[in-house]
Amino acid sequence: MSGNRCAVIGVGQTEYRTKRRDVSIAGLVREAAARALADAELTWRDIDAVVLGKAPDLFEGVMMPEAYLADALGAAGKPIMRVHTAGSVGGSTALVGASLVQGGVHDRVLVVAFEKQSESNATWALSTHPPFNASLVVGAGGYFAPHIREYMRRSGAPGHIGTLVAVKDRRNALKNPYAHLKIPGIDRAMVESTPMLWEPIRYLETCPSSDGACALVLASEKAVTGTPAWVQGTAMRSEPIFRAGRDTVDPRAGRDCAADVYRQAGVTDPRREIDVAEVYVPFSWYEPMWLENLGFAAEGEGWKLTESGATALDGDIPWNPSGGVLSSNPIGASGLIRFAEAALQVRGMAGEHQVDGARRALGHAYGGGAQFFAMWMVGTDRP
Amino acid sequence: MPSEAPPETPPEAPSEVTAPPGDPAAEHVPGHVADHAVDHVLEFPGGYTRTTGPVIGRFLTELRDARIVGVRTADGRVLVPPLEYDPATGEDVTGEFAEVGPAGTVQSWAWVGDPRPEHPLDRPFAWALVRLDGADTALVHAVDAGDARAMRPGLRVRPRWRAERTGHITDIESFVPEVTRITSPVRTEYRLRPGRALTRFLEGVARGVLLGCRCDSCGKVYVPYRLSCPECGVAITEERELPDTGTVTTFAINNLPDPRAPQVPFVSAYILLDGADVPLIALVGDVPAHEVRQGMRVRAVWAPRQEWAPAPLSMSNITWFAPTGEPDAEL
Ligand SMILES: [Zn+2]
Repeated sequence: MSGNRCAVIGVGQTEYRTKRRDVSIAGLVREAAARALADAELTWRDIDAVVLGKAPDLFEGVMMPEAYLADALGAAGKPIMRVHTAGSVGGSTALVGASLVQGGVHDRVLVVAFEKQSESNATWALSTHPPFNASLVVGAGGYFAPHIREYMRRSGAPGHIGTLVAVKDRRNALKNPYAHLKIPGIDRAMVESTPMLWEPIRYLETCPSSDGACALVLASEKAVTGTPAWVQGTAMRSEPIFRAGRDTVDPRAGRDCAADVYRQAGVTDPRREIDVAEVYVPFSWYEPMWLENLGFAAEGEGWKLTESGATALDGDIPWNPSGGVLSSNPIGASGLIRFAEAALQVRGMAGEHQVDGARRALGHAYGGGAQFFAMWMVGTDRP
Repeated sequence: MPSEAPPETPPEAPSEVTAPPGDPAAEHVPGHVADHAVDHVLEFPGGYTRTTGPVIGRFLTELRDARIVGVRTADGRVLVPPLEYDPATGEDVTGEFAEVGPAGTVQSWAWVGDPRPEHPLDRPFAWALVRLDGADTALVHAVDAGDARAMRPGLRVRPRWRAERTGHITDIESFVPEVTRITSPVRTEYRLRPGRALTRFLEGVARGVLLGCRCDSCGKVYVPYRLSCPECGVAITEERELPDTGTVTTFAINNLPDPRAPQVPFVSAYILLDGADVPLIALVGDVPAHEVRQGMRVRAVWAPRQEWAPAPLSMSNITWFAPTGEPDAEL
């Protein structure tokens, strides 16, 4: 990997909830940031720069929230910048923060991302129906359902695979004190009894709407305090949504992004060499789809890995032990939570959902029409 | 989840016991006698006077100055409203007064949906037990919460004082919830133009034609018509008219209503027009949702010509795509 070494030395999360009526947006991000600082045993004074990630401004209607939140994040007299790459923004935010350390610009960077969905109007903001549209835009579920259907046709996956992921991730969430959806006793029958929203996506195969924030403290090698998770590889990729021949089931940008991260981290067989992955799965079927896109399974074989239980917490390649996006979804923060959970795993600090002996973990986020990707590999070993 | 009504709360208005006018049953009740009722008022002119005594007097004097005080008991509790004795022990209270509030916490309440003339507010409100900050007992007063759903145990409230105060409990007009949320309107006005490429395409739709284009460099055919190739990044110059027939490559059955769809469920589909290399997303109709298939052949259903709107440019001339009945295409 190019650049100076960079490590995650602090992780802070708020509890993810339907409504956080007790705090302002500033209070919410501060809660996560203060916890990350406490984890790193640092204070606001020790931070050189702040990077803030946030989904579209129109969600909460707070325009340029980075300006409003600069004081709340202790950025007075320091650089602060904003990142926005649709749903992948949380991941991109961590990568921008890491690049400031890798580039030798700063020694300690605070990375924060958030969403207050209870006061956000995401569905409205994503479908404002301006005039002159040539294509029908039907919101996230309506957009992704056809790609899931196409995956099912191509792979021949049986129809229940999505419900397996919906159950597995929610069972994992029961072990995560920060997770939003806690459904004790969830099983396939319960998932299958919920209505189809955007067939083939059922209600319990989608992510919730959450309030929450997540924060990381990133440090250069000489500024490391506490237990580091070393950044072993980082990459972002994007692709145009209306390119002819674009494969919406297995996007090339995702494949290229993973290949770049694996090359930097020296990984040639992700299934064997990665111990745990936190992957952006907002609809249950995206687990088998991304298992293939990220090279954990051959094309058309991802669903077999899911079905075999390999991605469960006690499987050989656990995916989303935290419960994933299916259990907590403060949109702007959802990608950063994947990156943060990957770091917690290799620091051995994931608590009840810890994967024993995890030495290398993948964090993944995607956004837009599956066209923006951000990934990192973190591990116990200094790169 | 309203809690039990506080004991000081006046009972809800008793339901009228007289029968509705014209109820024939009422006319024939045995023993029914003619009604000779008249109104009578009993009121001492000017009202009775009451000497407050030093404790209540201090409380009312402070109220007139927009302050709320309680009195301390021998064992250190603060009674609000104050009393001259400790109701728990019967002992005298101390001479020590303590300012409390003005904010407090709702302990329980009864909602008054239909206020009577003598009530402190002319709109629905709650009679509530409010424990003011620093007090050990609760005060009964009205809470102007707007809606019963705004009431909950633990709700923080503050007094709304009358401008003209006389030294009476009604110097506090009512309590009102603390401010926890504001509304922040967001509105921006735009003037939109469709741009050259989309104008060209939508003008085509306006006369019943689907216009695409072909990239010279990669040979891919795009629809809607556009001016550059997203793959090659080069300008596109070759315009190409496309047929209004195509193949459903994949689709969603949407079970949530949408203003642009005629019913629920509705099918939104990726439709690859014949000769095109990128799909359009459009509605599929004239077929039950669960009979739509990947590979199904479809044709645009154009609205009747007399309904075609000249402006603004839009896709509305195409109602949806409907099956042609041809055999399914290979995907
Ligand atoms: Zn081209």
